[in-house]
Amino acid sequence: MAIDSDVLVVGGGLAAVAAAVAAAREGADVRLVSHKSSTLRQASGLIDALGYVPATEPATPLREGPPTAGRELDRDEWPDPEGPLSDPFEGIERLPDSHPYRIVGADALREGLALFDDLAGDAYRGGHTDRNALVPTFGGSVKPTARYPASAEAGLASDPRPTLIVGFRSLTEYDARAFAGRLEAAGVPFDVAGAEVEFAEAFRADTKVTRVAKALDHDEEIEGTPAREALARAVAPHLHDAEDEAGGVERVDRVGFPAFLGDDRGDEVRAELADRLGADVFEIPMGPPSLPGLRLEDRLYDALADAGVRFETGNPVVGIDAAADGRIETVSVDRKGRETPYGADAFVLATGGLVGKGLDSDREGVREPVFDLHVDQPADRYDWFVDDAFGDQPYARFGVRPDERCRPLDADGGVQYENVFAAGGVVGGADVAREKSASGVSLATGVTAGREAATEANE
Amino acid sequence: MDRQVDVVVVGGGSTGCGVVRDLARRGLEAVLVEKGNLTHGTTGRMHGLLHSGGRYAVSDQKSARECIEENRVLRDIAAHCVEETGGLFVKRPEDSEEYFQEKLEGCRACDIPAEVIDGDEARRREPYLARDVEKAIALPDGAVDPFRLCVSNAADAREHGARIETHAPVTDVLVENGEVVGVEIEHETGPGKRVHREPGATEEIRARHVVNATGAWAGNVGEMAGVDVEVRPSKGVMTVMNTRQVDTVINRCRPKGDADIIVPHETACILGTTDEEVDDPEDYPEEDWEVDLMIETLSELVPELKNARTLRSFWGVRPLYEPPGTGTEDPTDITRDYFLLDHGDRDDLPGMTTIVGGKLTTYRMMAESISDHVCDALGHEATCDTADAPLPGSESPARMNELMDEFGLRSPVARRSGQRLGSRAEDVLEGVDPNPVVCECEGVTRAEVRDAIDEAGSDLNAVRLRTRASMGNCQGGFCSHRIAAELAREYPEPVVRDAEDELYQERWKGQRHALWGRQLSQAMLNHLLHATTMNRDGDPASLDGSVDFGAFDAGADADAAGSDGSEPAGTAAADGGRVGENAATDGVTDGDR
Repeated sequence: MAIDSDVLVVGGGLAAVAAAVAAAREGADVRLVSHKSSTLRQASGLIDALGYVPATEPATPLREGPPTAGRELDRDEWPDPEGPLSDPFEGIERLPDSHPYRIVGADALREGLALFDDLAGDAYRGGHTDRNALVPTFGGSVKPTARYPASAEAGLASDPRPTLIVGFRSLTEYDARAFAGRLEAAGVPFDVAGAEVEFAEAFRADTKVTRVAKALDHDEEIEGTPAREALARAVAPHLHDAEDEAGGVERVDRVGFPAFLGDDRGDEVRAELADRLGADVFEIPMGPPSLPGLRLEDRLYDALADAGVRFETGNPVVGIDAAADGRIETVSVDRKGRETPYGADAFVLATGGLVGKGLDSDREGVREPVFDLHVDQPADRYDWFVDDAFGDQPYARFGVRPDERCRPLDADGGVQYENVFAAGGVVGGADVAREKSASGVSLATGVTAGREAATEANE
Repeated sequence: MDRQVDVVVVGGGSTGCGVVRDLARRGLEAVLVEKGNLTHGTTGRMHGLLHSGGRYAVSDQKSARECIEENRVLRDIAAHCVEETGGLFVKRPEDSEEYFQEKLEGCRACDIPAEVIDGDEARRREPYLARDVEKAIALPDGAVDPFRLCVSNAADAREHGARIETHAPVTDVLVENGEVVGVEIEHETGPGKRVHREPGATEEIRARHVVNATGAWAGNVGEMAGVDVEVRPSKGVMTVMNTRQVDTVINRCRPKGDADIIVPHETACILGTTDEEVDDPEDYPEEDWEVDLMIETLSELVPELKNARTLRSFWGVRPLYEPPGTGTEDPTDITRDYFLLDHGDRDDLPGMTTIVGGKLTTYRMMAESISDHVCDALGHEATCDTADAPLPGSESPARMNELMDEFGLRSPVARRSGQRLGSRAEDVLEGVDPNPVVCECEGVTRAEVRDAIDEAGSDLNAVRLRTRASMGNCQGGFCSHRIAAELAREYPEPVVRDAEDELYQERWKGQRHALWGRQLSQAMLNHLLHATTMNRDGDPASLDGSVDFGAFDAGADADAAGSDGSEPAGTAAADGGRVGENAATDGVTDGDR
């Protein structure tokens, strides 16, 4: 006996949640099934829309044939990307025709961001304007993004207040001095200093940021001092480290920390630190494990429950169970080794890209493993890459090709299944990393796929 | 006029490093010059096999005898560079029984300890061996870390007064009055250790003798001196697996052929190789069929390889040489022996000697013989002690265990630092506190990275070779920025950025040959981390154009103040007075948005 719903969403990331909520808001009965925890924990927690239009043509013709042994001979040359763009919508028309934004349209992006603002509530900022913000991230570079966690707001690079970046000697992700130097090299409109301080040394070597966050949440005592006070004391001697243009001493107005300032009680931790330091406090988005990413995941799943979507994790969809007349009727879900059919009138595939395993590959080719949808790709795997790691990598654009309703297309450009819709990383055509468009593509395709799936189910 | 040293050694591979060590220990003033990092040419691009001699026991017994002799020497003087894995020559049903017997007899004739075991015993030792492997010969093959070996030789040479210059290609061989009198080199930065963005310099080094130890590149240096050296470079592929499917060196027991060896190396296994003559040691194709061949053929021995994850592939060129007129057609038939070419005798050009051919296992013996020759030429009397004097880091294997305890080295991370550092562990670990792990895949801590930076300047590929940092599963995705951050204590920001970019791009090159399955997923994750989150490709710090920061969102409060054109609102001002300047800029650039 199949477990039925109007719409079945396969996947558990930002696109899947957006699609599920969008479908539910159209009145559909929605169920979401995801394999394992989403890749949100690996993401910075920033919600990008479009930060750059990267070059798709190299500055000089690409090398022909296989790589050669020349160590310095075969580097590609690529022009600088266009950007950072202050207005993400303004760049869309200059993206390639096959880009998902060009297919689903700028309005879908607008709709996706609005849905996100609604789901994220006061935890996120940036919804007051169409413009991108420039946020310093843990490499020390600033990056354009459409929405940012409230905890990052005081750190925006367009804010001219003098700034201290704090690093910790036991934390290896960045060095605060190089971080500050890189901001200066970017020409930021504020004076900045970096200081490496002792604090996390109190913890065991190689403590994860989640452990530090917990200590700050609960204000645990560290060698007799409450953690928040101990942290403020470690930073206080550096509040005058910044120099103004004349070389004079300048007290900073804001202090940036790695994103470990509490988990459940982040607002409280930041407020207390700000009070103790007499300066605003902000978090710098980090790599995995990313607390802002984990916090976002929690919030999205709360929103999913609020929207009345039933969801289950830990059970992968392993394939099609029954299909007829160009429509999928039931899919197989692996529940602890037993395959169970799940039926729906429409399906949303939001299983992610190469990282989330929504795309799989071997030496012969790349494929979409759940529905075996068509994935455009060069036949020779040596045509999947270019030599510059940051060039226009063909592999970065791998994925299914959608129509304007987000239905995946077959090799001939026909709709593969009438009632299957794709969203997020499994959709190809974008180089979300170079464009800084990952969340935007997930949201735009997510709301489109969710809405269209609900429409399909209603018919 | 620059002063004159005794010997310039050109080439920082195993041979050159061995020669400069030997000469320095004999009391000669020697300089080693290398165009890239130590091991940049062939030495850093081999599978890391410490030969027992078994591979040559049928075809080339002279080489086989030299191998087993030097194999024993290296276990002794370079304990921290050698892993005594043991080796197996395995026979599949289709492999010739006659050859198996010849191999066994050959080993015995060459004094290589060899024991025949049956298939079950072979699988007991190596459970992933194919079920139809019939039997095997067990012998003392091993794994050697060529990077650590070269660095240790160079370090010992320096302790004995030698100068080591890397990133210093030879641009000319100085010939005066029919005699070689030195070389001209071009320091990329420096002289001294390499630091990004420091200007370079040209330098003439005058010497009483020049040793050309550039292997596959020997012809190029010969040409600068006006002599012909007919090296026949032959390429071979090596494919790196992400884990050790085997802990013993596995050889296929058949006469010759591609893809017949698996060498366990640190955390990985290396599959090798092919043998194909090329025209130019730097410009030959690296092709996917070669990688496919490794996986397909070697999975006949270890079927698991077919499903396993490969991290990258790399190619090396053998510096094969045969005397003019030999005319061997197939490069696999060219001798692996080494040749010493005295250009005085051979080309009437005294002052220079070239050494070609040979292999890493016998590097010390080659170095001894060329050092004997140079001492002869210079009339210098001194005896060679390199077969007995331990290399730095290898002095006292017993002391290692004490040190492990002393530094609380019980975790796997620390045990591995201990293995890499050998008896240097104490010096390196002392005084670095806290000492967090920088490279998680390989368990490399800050202390080791900083020790390597002290030696290598801002060259993070040199740091990688010394420490293995960034050589694991993530191929630098999770650690290249962290390794670079360790430079910031000593070097300014742009140096950190350039050094990081260089390491990341170098790691990418090898991964291109492993872009499928889990490594393609890893590549995409690395791309997302470095381009999306860190914005390494679009960072205004590295773009030509400048950014109008005022055109971007400066926060809701600032925008509220800007849009109504009024002075900062009371609440915003109380919030730190952030708004004034910003509101003005926003008003100008974004008023109509």
